[in-house]
Amino acid sequence: MKLWQKNIILLVIAAAICLLPLFLLKDAEFAGADGMAEEAITEIDEGYKPWFTPLSEPASGEIESLLFCVQAAAGAGVIGFILGRMTARKNENNE
Amino acid sequence: MKTKKRLWGMWLTFILVFGINLTANAMHIMEGFLSPAWSITWGVVCVPFLIAAFVSLKKKFEKEPKSFVLLALCGAFAFVLSALKIPSLMGSCSHPTGVALGAILFGPFAMSLVSLIVLLFQAILLAHGGITTLGANNFSMGIAGPIVSFVVFKGLKKAKLSTGLSVFFAALLGDLATYVVTAVQLALAHPENGNILASLIKFLSIFALTQIPLAVCEGLVTVVVFGIIEKYGKRELKALNIFQ
Repeated sequence: MKLWQKNIILLVIAAAICLLPLFLLKDAEFAGADGMAEEAITEIDEGYKPWFTPLSEPASGEIESLLFCVQAAAGAGVIGFILGRMTARKNENNE
Repeated sequence: MKTKKRLWGMWLTFILVFGINLTANAMHIMEGFLSPAWSITWGVVCVPFLIAAFVSLKKKFEKEPKSFVLLALCGAFAFVLSALKIPSLMGSCSHPTGVALGAILFGPFAMSLVSLIVLLFQAILLAHGGITTLGANNFSMGIAGPIVSFVVFKGLKKAKLSTGLSVFFAALLGDLATYVVTAVQLALAHPENGNILASLIKFLSIFALTQIPLAVCEGLVTVVVFGIIEKYGKRELKALNIFQ
């Protein structure tokens, strides 16, 4: 099997694993695991108060998702650029 | 002198390129949720690893300046993966760490610096993780995870397992290790009525169970990228000596 064929199969499996819960668990909230831990801490340590608050928080959920998109896009761009250059070096890879 | 200058130039570019967009959100320990004593302890524990990372990367770049391209690739890989919050079978969301690739290519310590930059900017810009919990979070994501990945990769290679499978399990177990360590850190800091074990089980069920399917995904994606590097980046891989 060629590398790209194997890679496509692997990526499809990975995507399927990510999407599966959305179909299997229709009623789930899909909240963040860190938020759940926060609740657990307040449950265990009732008197616990965070002694330090974040310096700044994103203005809204939209801004937050914007920052995440920018992060993923920038990373994907760098990966594409580097792998693209690497795969384009024909002479050396043919040895 | 010239190599030294170039080295610093590389670091600067690296920090600039990634620093600006470093808003990774990992499911890390939230700001203020570790007592000052634990915050300081984990911070101190990180220091020797960061020094080891700096020394080992410096050595690698001096020997083979081109390997910097691969480090940039590993950094970028970690950013993409840690930006993707993925639903899990537990009905909650978490995301992969993406540090295993760097651990396999650059050794067990190198990623502690990369992950520190990620965590720092995300704590400042996105209010995820935190300045006070930076040490604890860097220990789980930048130190414990990569060390597990590196050891698993070397061990499975020695056991004559194929490179693909070795990479898969290295990434999977490294990802899981990060969240197991996070659960341990929280349990140590917040024992339930003085019972660390009871509280450990609680945190493990939140972090580790959510993480299992995602760890499998991280394993698969890491194999894909590693396969491409292995096929087309022979020169860089040779310089890094990863199969020895």
